[in-house]
Amino acid sequence: MGIAVRSEIRFILNGDVVHLSDVPPALTLLDYLRLQRHMTGTKEGCAEGDCGACTVLVGRLTGDGLVYESVNACIRFMGSLDACHVVTIEHLGGLNDRLHPVQQAMVDHHGSQCGFCTPGIVMSLYGLWLETPKADAPLIEKTLQGNLCRCTGYEAILNAARAMGDTDNGGDKLVVTHEAVRDRLAQWRDGSRVDIDTSGGKVLVPGSVDDLASILEAHPEATIVAGSTDVGLWVTKHMKDIAPAVFINHLNELQSITETPEGFTFGAGVTYSDAFSIMARHYPTMGAFWDRIGGAQVRNMGTIGGNIANGSPIGDTPPPLIALGASLTLRKGSASRTLPLEDFFIDYGKQDRQPGEFVVSVHVPKLPEGEDFAAYKISKRRDEDISAVCGAFRIALDDTGTVSTARIAFGGMAATPKRAVAVETALIGQPWTEASVKAAMAAFDDDYTPLSDWRASAAYRMLASKNLLMRFHLETQGEKVQVSRHDNALAEV
Amino acid sequence: MTIQQRSSVEISGGVHTPRQHDSAHKHVTGSAEYIDDINEPVGTLHAYLGLSERALATIKSMDLEAVRAAPGVVGVLTAADIPGENDISPSARHDEPVLADGHSAFYGQPIFAVIAETRDAARRATLLAKVDYEDHQHHADVVDAMDADYPHVTDPLTLRNGDVEAALKGATNRLTGEMRIGGQDHFYLEGHIAMAVPGEDDEVAVYSSTQHPSEVQHMVAHALGTVSNAVTVFTRRMGGGFGGKETQGNQFAAIAAIAAKRFNRAVKIRPDRDDDMIATGKRHDFHVKYDLAYDDDGRIEAVDAVFAARCGFSSDLSGPVTDRALFHADNCYFLPNVRLSSRPMKTDTVSNTAFRGFGGPQGMLGGERMIEEIAYALGKDPLDIRKANFYGHEDRNVTPYHQLVEDNIIARIVDELESSTDYQNRRKDIIAHNSEAPVLRKGISLTPVKFGISFTATWYNQAGALVHVYQDGSIHLNHGGTEMGQGLNTKVAQVLADEFQVDLETIRITATTTGKVPNTSATAASSGTDLNGMAAANAAEQIKTRLITFASEHYGVPEEQVSFVPNHVQVGNQLIAFPDFIKKAYFARVQLSAAGFYKTPKIHWDRSKGQGRPFFYYAYGASVSEVTIDTLTGEYHVDRVDILHDVGSSLNPAIDLGQIQGGFVQGMGWLTTEELWWDDNGRLRTHAPSTYKIPVASDKPAIFNVELAQWSTNKERTIRRSKAVGEPPFMLANSVLEALSMAVASVADYRQCPRLDAPATPECILMAVERMRKA
Repeated sequence: MGIAVRSEIRFILNGDVVHLSDVPPALTLLDYLRLQRHMTGTKEGCAEGDCGACTVLVGRLTGDGLVYESVNACIRFMGSLDACHVVTIEHLGGLNDRLHPVQQAMVDHHGSQCGFCTPGIVMSLYGLWLETPKADAPLIEKTLQGNLCRCTGYEAILNAARAMGDTDNGGDKLVVTHEAVRDRLAQWRDGSRVDIDTSGGKVLVPGSVDDLASILEAHPEATIVAGSTDVGLWVTKHMKDIAPAVFINHLNELQSITETPEGFTFGAGVTYSDAFSIMARHYPTMGAFWDRIGGAQVRNMGTIGGNIANGSPIGDTPPPLIALGASLTLRKGSASRTLPLEDFFIDYGKQDRQPGEFVVSVHVPKLPEGEDFAAYKISKRRDEDISAVCGAFRIALDDTGTVSTARIAFGGMAATPKRAVAVETALIGQPWTEASVKAAMAAFDDDYTPLSDWRASAAYRMLASKNLLMRFHLETQGEKVQVSRHDNALAEV
Repeated sequence: MTIQQRSSVEISGGVHTPRQHDSAHKHVTGSAEYIDDINEPVGTLHAYLGLSERALATIKSMDLEAVRAAPGVVGVLTAADIPGENDISPSARHDEPVLADGHSAFYGQPIFAVIAETRDAARRATLLAKVDYEDHQHHADVVDAMDADYPHVTDPLTLRNGDVEAALKGATNRLTGEMRIGGQDHFYLEGHIAMAVPGEDDEVAVYSSTQHPSEVQHMVAHALGTVSNAVTVFTRRMGGGFGGKETQGNQFAAIAAIAAKRFNRAVKIRPDRDDDMIATGKRHDFHVKYDLAYDDDGRIEAVDAVFAARCGFSSDLSGPVTDRALFHADNCYFLPNVRLSSRPMKTDTVSNTAFRGFGGPQGMLGGERMIEEIAYALGKDPLDIRKANFYGHEDRNVTPYHQLVEDNIIARIVDELESSTDYQNRRKDIIAHNSEAPVLRKGISLTPVKFGISFTATWYNQAGALVHVYQDGSIHLNHGGTEMGQGLNTKVAQVLADEFQVDLETIRITATTTGKVPNTSATAASSGTDLNGMAAANAAEQIKTRLITFASEHYGVPEEQVSFVPNHVQVGNQLIAFPDFIKKAYFARVQLSAAGFYKTPKIHWDRSKGQGRPFFYYAYGASVSEVTIDTLTGEYHVDRVDILHDVGSSLNPAIDLGQIQGGFVQGMGWLTTEELWWDDNGRLRTHAPSTYKIPVASDKPAIFNVELAQWSTNKERTIRRSKAVGEPPFMLANSVLEALSMAVASVADYRQCPRLDAPATPECILMAVERMRKA
């Protein structure tokens, strides 16, 4: 095996190059910053990637060059930062030690009260400012989905965000250093493997997908860590030992999106953010649906492959992907296999993945011309919440308006993401009318026996699922039947 | 700009100006220091709590050998290791242990503490404890507790006026009902934390994220078995409090201090967010039962209501919280014949505590439900019922606790808001829209707020401040209030700047500490500025009096000819820059430091009679909310909110606006998405932001107009005639719940009150829609 092996990771922290060899698998970026570097501007609010107080930017090389994305430092492992640029609140500032325009706008518009969420909010807005200094309210709100503030009611923060593009700052550090950083990161990506026996166990960063395959053959017990939006909590909340850990989020080979006439193949490492534009453009309702997966930081880290591989019954991507007829490709050693996505989910916590095997890609067929499709998510809070129920519907009608095919899948209704076979059967061969839909709604009782928990009662889950079929029907008839954020008021002020 | 170059025309940052929060530049750069950011002394140890895993149980044994032997562990503390009293009850009922002693009172109660070299080591070691429990039947819910004849945790209160029995018997119309109102987690972004640094003899310094440093001082002293002068508490700022750090910081401070003295090393304790939410108290859930009499115009003839609260295992602040619920059940309405009773129920859950509004929101929401019931029963707009019942000015102005409402401005606020928001036409349009909308229904509601200002524990209404003027004219400000984001320090500094007529930049705000201002009250009850602003002004007056005497003698001018003008002192014809004047005063041996003091006048309260004047004054406000619901899923959206709120003569309009916006959104969260959910084992399962959903930016009303009632001024002599603002706006969110209710009611053509409980989650809305469909 001729691959070069390193025993350190290399990254840039603000303006400094860091070589780190003791990188325990469970060491988070937040603990590294606060405990080892005594950089305390980045705060811990929840240690589970939900409050955004620990938001930092991570710059990484993608197919599009160097991009900076907001991430949650509390669930980001140090082992995943090889050849990255970590940017914290301490790096933010303008020329001559003045405040950065984002910071100045926050001060001018009274955007902070207790101040504890503020560094995270500033960093999220900074990430937005780098791309879109003058953003509108929907984009600002999307940017801040993963940043909780308990004091301000957000109005002042939104005012600040709308104003942050008004002042120019040609001296922004990331703008100035962009090319140098890009070149440095590119130079570091030399295809070598990182293999370190740290004080907390083995850390492996494969040099390539082939290298990943051979590492997993040698360490079939290893924890595969991609976006760590789930694995992060195994560590921060459950204190699980994840060693040996294999970090794969840097593997560009797993991050490609390939279009064929039939569909799209998403590499397992494609993040939600990277997949957004394809989803929004090619699949009805999926843009809005996709924007409700986690918050921006989670979408920047979390991957499609991870969301599938962890097998959660409440993952948001499996129901729509199953309804679309997606298939999954796994690899072990040099052998690959492909199976329908729904067959991957065997039972609660049990997936059809062998030790040493990993998810390579998911193939999503294009929606055939003339077919209707929609994905819906029901949660207590509209944004950055976990589904109580997540349902996806796809139907085709023949020339007579009769349902010829139906694929319906739900999350939150069973121990796995699961198709509603009885509902599909009840619809197929029937005219696509309200009467047929009402009749088919009863079939949900044959398909699912949901649980009651803190997200919803069984009764609500069942009723809402049935009603979602009615919503889908009404929407195919052109009715507006969903609440939306920006066009509900009968009269504006 | 040096001090010498400052304006003699106008000071910067005086009262009534919209100044930034004094720490804003530090917030945005990450340089504002919270306790976890303080440089730790060399050798600092870390504590982590071991929590009970049973709701109600006898702890038969705790095997902590493996915990002690775990890597990095220095020691383990149990109840037996507490040198003083194992009690941190703020009610003096001795019902709240620092660490449970043989008895688990709720799932998540701290039963031991691990002290280790690192927080991670301490936390991991807690998992190794082997605890043997003997379970007992538990009751987590307030109604279950009443059904099981559980005791009260503290004495209940009844407020009476008129003859409620007779009025109910002779009722023109009568109805009864019930309402459930959920609790709320504070979700301050900075969780609880304390760091204790041992000193000489029995001394200890404690850095605590607390709204009540004096109580932390007293509790730490008790737990250590020493006296208060051995303990000094420091609080520079909290990352949010909202009442959650009024008493709940005691436990962490006590454990840190006990461990610090035991091991003679600094000890820091910071629970994980989940443990913070599990082990510390929240807003009380309430069950309200009402019996109402009203005439055909909707005017209330009598109210007989019982407000029962889930208090948890101990009294904590449940007495004053349930009292305040009763004090606000009337809201803005005259109740001629009334009996309001509280039932502070013991439950086998975490002991509930203060939270913005302090029972007032639950009381008021129960009262508003009654208004809504009358409106639906009579087929009228609830706003008409409200207006019919508003307190009068000369008559119909006695509250159920026999205080006269003397500063009533609610009618003007409501009239202005009703007209500025075009409420009547919008309501008509919405009703028309609903008659044709198959799925998406809309609702609109205008609700008022009247909130009583003062601690009902009368002795709490006192405050101190310590002001030093240094030789160079710079000023050091310290007062007994704590900063948790509400801008208290900024406002008090503005008051001081105005008193001395110096730019705000002249004044340095310093950390609250029991060593500078003793015997302080909690920064709570919205009273921070009212009390501490006055105390600071009093300190300034003392110094100014001495300075005037000095100037008169030194320059030979009458005292009337000495005045403090912007950044200068006018002495006769002479204009002297403030620092120069101060330097002269120093050389003349004038004392340039003063301890200020204030106590609120006029208030008194006899709890045994249920009569008195517990409140110095009232703050008022009103809001209009418009919402859309989806009758297929129960999902909803708050489309527009308009608020007109009374802060008297605002000390700082920008800060006050932020309090109103923030209070409203927090209240909206309480009434909509924030749901506390216990499982059958009495275990709280919504204990992190992944499961407990506070509002995010996209939940803020899409259109959100907030105005201050510019014409209002405080009738009472408060600091610069301002009014308290911390809590009152929270209850402006009541209109959101009622607008949702109207949208639900549309399903049955508004013939029936939907009796929406709180929080109105999408599930709650859909189930109410189903009830309406079957009605």
